[in-house]
Amino acid sequence: MIATSLSSVLLREEVSAPLELLHAPNMDAATLKVRNLNVHIGEQSILRDVHVHIPSHKITCIIGPSGCGKSTLLKTFNRLLETQPGARITGELLLNGENIYREGVEVIDVRKRMGLLSQRPCPLPMSVYENIAFGCRLHGTRGRRKVMRKVVHYLQATGLWDEVRDRLHTPASRLSIGQQQRLCLARGLAVEPEIILADEATSALDPISSRIIEDLFLRLRQQYTIIMVTHTLSQAVRIADHVIFMYLGRVVEEGPASEVLHHPKHKLTQEYLSGSFS
Amino acid sequence: MNRTSVRVFLSRAAGGYMFLATMLALMLLLVIASGLFVKAYPILKQSSLWSLLTGAVWAPIRGFFGFLPFISGTLWVTGIAIVLALPVSLLTGIYLSEYAPSSVRKIAFSALDILSGIPPVVYGAWGVLVVVPFIAEWVAPYFVEYSSGYSVLSAGIVLGIMIIPLLVSLFGEVFSTVPKEIRDSALSLGATSWQTTKKVVLKSSLPGIFAATVLAISRALGETIAVLMVCGNVVQIPASLLDAGYPLPALIANNYGEMASLPGYEAALMLAALILLGIVIVFNTLSRILLLRIGRKYALQP
Ligand SMILES: Nc1ncnc2c1ncn2[C@@H]1O[C@H](COP(=O)(O)OP(=O)(O)OP(=O)(O)O)[C@@H](O)[C@H]1O
Ligand SMILES: [Mg+2]
Repeated sequence: MIATSLSSVLLREEVSAPLELLHAPNMDAATLKVRNLNVHIGEQSILRDVHVHIPSHKITCIIGPSGCGKSTLLKTFNRLLETQPGARITGELLLNGENIYREGVEVIDVRKRMGLLSQRPCPLPMSVYENIAFGCRLHGTRGRRKVMRKVVHYLQATGLWDEVRDRLHTPASRLSIGQQQRLCLARGLAVEPEIILADEATSALDPISSRIIEDLFLRLRQQYTIIMVTHTLSQAVRIADHVIFMYLGRVVEEGPASEVLHHPKHKLTQEYLSGSFS
Repeated sequence: MNRTSVRVFLSRAAGGYMFLATMLALMLLLVIASGLFVKAYPILKQSSLWSLLTGAVWAPIRGFFGFLPFISGTLWVTGIAIVLALPVSLLTGIYLSEYAPSSVRKIAFSALDILSGIPPVVYGAWGVLVVVPFIAEWVAPYFVEYSSGYSVLSAGIVLGIMIIPLLVSLFGEVFSTVPKEIRDSALSLGATSWQTTKKVVLKSSLPGIFAATVLAISRALGETIAVLMVCGNVVQIPASLLDAGYPLPALIANNYGEMASLPGYEAALMLAALILLGIVIVFNTLSRILLLRIGRKYALQP
């Protein structure tokens, strides 16, 4: 109850406040370089010889047909894939020049710095409020008021606030899928990672909600590096600065959006973009 | 009839059939309970149920039938068993499903299946050979002047060890129903395995953990042979862990042969069975209600 009344106070304070990030602007967002990455699960080879360079302060879109390894690639970025039994990962992943697969690197730090938003929204078995507060508390936000501030802030940022303000303390599993997707986005942002890995973050959303998320990403670009998987080419055209096209576990083409999307060099890319994929 | 109506008919028939089967199962309980009641009626006619349940004197020859020693014996033994078994099983279950490599997990779960297949009498014999002397020589001397080792503690230990395999497999089952995606989303937020286990896996398994525990307790309440072999079988209300006790199942099993010899004795033993059944039913009902509460409080499933 206290939390609820607090939220209404905060709402009044913040309703017209401009949306900015709560943490100090990080002017040098992270860069990510992938060198010679190979991933096998069991006997199957999932990613082969992946070399990419993700620029900072840019939105990088990963496109490619279903099953080509986009989600797997994102999961190697935050070292989630290694929890998969039978997964073998070789190669180098340099986050600001430091290999995150090096011996002695703390996995939970990597996961905190690389916020992964999974393809299927998966709320934790808690209330809407707790879903976001959980991550905040993990990383040292203490005090009811501070946590509440963050929760409200990120719910507003993802355009979910008006829909859930009256049911912050109901189970998150009762939200619709699209609401859950935005909740997971808010939850991931509330951890304040350095790189956002968004796996089809708008797949369950209507065009208007999708635009809200796209606008959010465009704004977040000033402080973050964003990597986003999308099947919606028009979305890539709208927001991508940098594009990676994958096919059957390989990176076929990579470069600035203007080149890859409008003047693709590779034949597979041309076919995929023109929709004449066999 | 067209195809749709055939299918609708079949669906209804299946529904009706399942309803009948369910009713039959419920009827069975009623049949057993009423059978016991009829047999126990002579003694219920003599003295009130309350005085039987709270009476502490058991002297069949003089016609005194007080069940309190047996009821408290059952509760002591089961209580000790669950207090000992629950933490061990929970930690083992968590280790096996969250931390252990899959090879260890597979071996451990098959070993547990073998363990739960061992006949109770073997556990009882082991209790007599190992647990009872251990208690008598190593534990009791620190607390009392003399104990034979045959005590509610020994019975609780043996019973606790017997239900550990059951509890661990049930917990393993419960944890395996938590989707990997939920774990992954907690891990992706930077939670450690332990934080994930505590806040996500355990939390969403709470109803399952509870239900598994209830099942194990119900099983423990009725366990007869192994307990009877090590609990001492002295008619008294145990006042400490090292006192001997006499649980209800042991009462029934030990005296089954001589039922007919004394007036009211047969009825008394039937009442003992009825009381045991009553304890199990009351316990299960209460836990069902509690489970609903837990479920509603955390609203774990939509
Ligand atoms: N646990 C696993 N075991 C075996 N193969 C897997 C596993 N997970 C993924 N794969 C395989 O890896 C390949 C890439 O999967 P991934 O999920 O990365 O595809 P994707 O590009 O994200 O596809 P989509 O667009 O459909 O989400 C697929 O062929 C898939 O079958
Ligand atoms: Mg995918």
